[in-house]
Amino acid sequence: MKRSITRLLMAPSVIMLLVWMIVPLSMTIYFSTIRYNLLYPGQNNFVGLMNFEFFITDPGFITAVANTLILLLSALIITVVLGVMLSALIDKPFFGRGIVRVLLISPFFIMPTVNALIWKNMMMNPVYGIFAWISQSLGLQPIDWLGTYPLMSVIIMVSWQWLPFAILVFVTALQSQDTEQKEAAQMDGATGWHIFRYLTIPHLARPIAVVVMIETIFLLAVFAEIFVSTGGGPGYASTNLAYLIYNQALLQYDVGVASAGGLFAVLLANIVAFFLIRAVGKNLTV
Amino acid sequence: MTLNQQRKLKTLITGLFAWLVALLLFFPIFWMFITSFKTELQAISVPPSLFFEPTLDNFKVVQDRSDYLLHAMNSVITSFGSTIIALIIAVPAAYSMAFFPGKRTKDILLWMLSTKMLPAVGVLVPIYILFRNNGLLDSRIGLIIIFTLMNLPIIIWMLFSYFKDLPKEILEAARMDGASPWGEVVKVVLPLSVGGIASTGLLSIILCWNEAFWSLNLTASNAAPLTAMIASYSSPEGLFWAKLSAASTLACAPIIVFGWFCQKQLVQGLTFGAVK
Amino acid sequence: MSYLVISELQKHYDSYHALRGINLNIKEGEFIVFVGPSGCGKSTLLRTIAGLESSSGGTIELDGKDITEVASSKRDLAMVFQSYALYPHMTVADNLSFALRLAKVPDAEIQEKVRSVSASLQLDPLLDRKPKELSGGQRQRVAIGRAIVRQPKVFLFDEPLSNLDAALRVQMRLELARLHKKLGTTMVYVTHDQIEAMTLADRVVILNAGQIEQVGTPLELYRQPNSRFVAEFIGTPKMNLIPVDNFAVQGDQLSLNLLDSSLSFPANRLAGPLPKAIVMGIRPEHLSLVEENGDFTGRVELVEHLGSEAYAHIQLGNNQTIILKASARSTLQDGDLVHIKVDSSEVILFNESDRVISVIAEEAGND
Repeated sequence: MKRSITRLLMAPSVIMLLVWMIVPLSMTIYFSTIRYNLLYPGQNNFVGLMNFEFFITDPGFITAVANTLILLLSALIITVVLGVMLSALIDKPFFGRGIVRVLLISPFFIMPTVNALIWKNMMMNPVYGIFAWISQSLGLQPIDWLGTYPLMSVIIMVSWQWLPFAILVFVTALQSQDTEQKEAAQMDGATGWHIFRYLTIPHLARPIAVVVMIETIFLLAVFAEIFVSTGGGPGYASTNLAYLIYNQALLQYDVGVASAGGLFAVLLANIVAFFLIRAVGKNLTV
Repeated sequence: MTLNQQRKLKTLITGLFAWLVALLLFFPIFWMFITSFKTELQAISVPPSLFFEPTLDNFKVVQDRSDYLLHAMNSVITSFGSTIIALIIAVPAAYSMAFFPGKRTKDILLWMLSTKMLPAVGVLVPIYILFRNNGLLDSRIGLIIIFTLMNLPIIIWMLFSYFKDLPKEILEAARMDGASPWGEVVKVVLPLSVGGIASTGLLSIILCWNEAFWSLNLTASNAAPLTAMIASYSSPEGLFWAKLSAASTLACAPIIVFGWFCQKQLVQGLTFGAVK
Repeated sequence: MSYLVISELQKHYDSYHALRGINLNIKEGEFIVFVGPSGCGKSTLLRTIAGLESSSGGTIELDGKDITEVASSKRDLAMVFQSYALYPHMTVADNLSFALRLAKVPDAEIQEKVRSVSASLQLDPLLDRKPKELSGGQRQRVAIGRAIVRQPKVFLFDEPLSNLDAALRVQMRLELARLHKKLGTTMVYVTHDQIEAMTLADRVVILNAGQIEQVGTPLELYRQPNSRFVAEFIGTPKMNLIPVDNFAVQGDQLSLNLLDSSLSFPANRLAGPLPKAIVMGIRPEHLSLVEENGDFTGRVELVEHLGSEAYAHIQLGNNQTIILKASARSTLQDGDLVHIKVDSSEVILFNESDRVISVIAEEAGND
């Protein structure tokens, strides 16, 4: 087929994504260099890098960056490790495997806002929550999860949500694993662990890369869970970059500083993406 | 123990363990569902009550208070609408990249994925202002546009990997049989990739249905989908767990049932080209 | 008269040259087989004829028309693929009729054609099945049926039998030969299996490294290879090659000294000037065992009994092993010392650049 036709077929997607990327981004860059507070309209003079300075020296800034990365890494490790183990567990047939699979992937269908509400109230509430009841039944002091371990609580919610996604992808991948290869290994004297370690894990290398990549996209932008459950608190203990910027823009009405923060988030995402897309890109069959 | 018995025991233990984990992970959803049929007093009773007389009052309250049906409709229209539009735009692009790759195809694909890396917060303010100036705030159209753009890279990527995996010889056979490029797409490529397109659409619908950031920030009462409706229950109603659960159950039930229904398709579909 | 004419055909992938100037004339109704080792360009050549690969230079003419730049869908060729490439979402009947439906042939005619093809290939009971419900042999027949139904100008086959088991392969080979007799259509067939090539072809095209090494009838290639490559490629087991230590012309004989013995070869069977070095080629069936006065002696290493015949692997004095075809009832034992006689009228000589420098005995006599 002609080069021009293939270009034509791609044009809508490319143009839309290009606009989607460039227009808001250039506006953000512009806003980040002017004074722009919705509470003081009409004072939009150029301020250079002051917004950036202001954002970076914000008391919550360092914490938010750290929280963003901790959240990303913890949730990635939890979902990938548990995802691999659980998908390997349900790879062989057993009684009611179909139902188990349905139960395991269900949390993926729960919206982040509901997710946060269930965990915040019915699971983690220090008085009436299920966790509190379990602690009490065991004769322990109930824990105020959201107050004492806010970031960990958010990590639990997010991992609960994304573990099923990892399981879905890995289960799919395991279906294509060569059974003859496994049988050959068995004849060679490999135990179940050996097969898992030397055949299954390498087989899952590419799916793992894919899961890491897609989850990173979503985990860097975790917002609703924090918004609904901890509100970023106490203090900045569970504030990530996304929430900090949201706080600037919509709670303090400072568009200039929020835009500077937004650019910083873009920068951070690009740093992560740079390594990630490089790693996964190698695994893409193009 | 004979070898056969050993194997059976192993299967039994694996099965029991898998069931245990699955039930644990599913428990929060189960609890939400149960709580939605309780009275407010039963909902916060310690120890938790498992046996009670179910009531439907909570659901009535939710519908009266926040017009569940309107928000559900918004969710359906925005998720399905944007998914269909995104598929229409993505299929030709993925097709052309998979079957007529050029030297830059891989770069273009990675660039598309990288636009997904742009954090929404980074562009929230300009989008908000653009929407406000164009009357798109709190409109279904506005949300559909955002959802379409948001999922387009992932949809293109998934479709690309499906098309890439289609046996090339079948397409060549069609070409030899006299199929035009258009006929090749309509009569061979699309029928062969129905499964792939379906699971791509499914994932997109799930992601749209559960999208919270844009829904919360760009809609208010008219176009708010269920995610935004639920958020409105977070603080003032936070203490009314039964009503909260009823609202949550209503918000999630459609997509959960939908997801269960299409579970097989999803399991087969999510390869992202990562499976050889 | 030439029907399919390929001139100076080139195919480059970046810096890799898959085809380096192919010239070939195929007559109408001929059965042509491309053979060669993997990577020799045989499939690329077929796919370029099909239009599935674009050419980088040269022309392809079919029935007097230049089709080099014609889309494959408009070339009026049919192809049978190695993987069969049946449409998995269509029934056998739909697979068979797909091309006709695309060409907007009237329904009645389509049905008639599908019926006659399915009858001749015994596909009638399978017409409503999907490809995944068929066995390998059945799929193969559907793939062939799909090609026949269109009555194309040329059939192209890309290793069509390589996915079948041995028994089925022999059977399908016969069916293809029968089909060719019945239809009389030009067929171009790619294989790496020289038995398929020898049994099916009117003419065989041997390719090597993107070039045609030799074209000829199966027997010509077997008896009159023009290079060491062809000589070694055709024939199972392979032709034995023994380097000649030195040689000299004595009257009308060329005497070859090798392995402590001397063979004489009629000088009039030598074409061209005397080479710098000579390698002698002799096929296993042209060596025989004698009680005494053999040309070589050697020790039996291994005997392969194939039932109808036996092959003895014999180690010669210079540690080279040659293969000799022995009778099925041969009582040779490993380790036996044997005397071997060479049928010198069947000897083929190669020069230092691996070209053949001898002509076969009958032709030399005719001069």
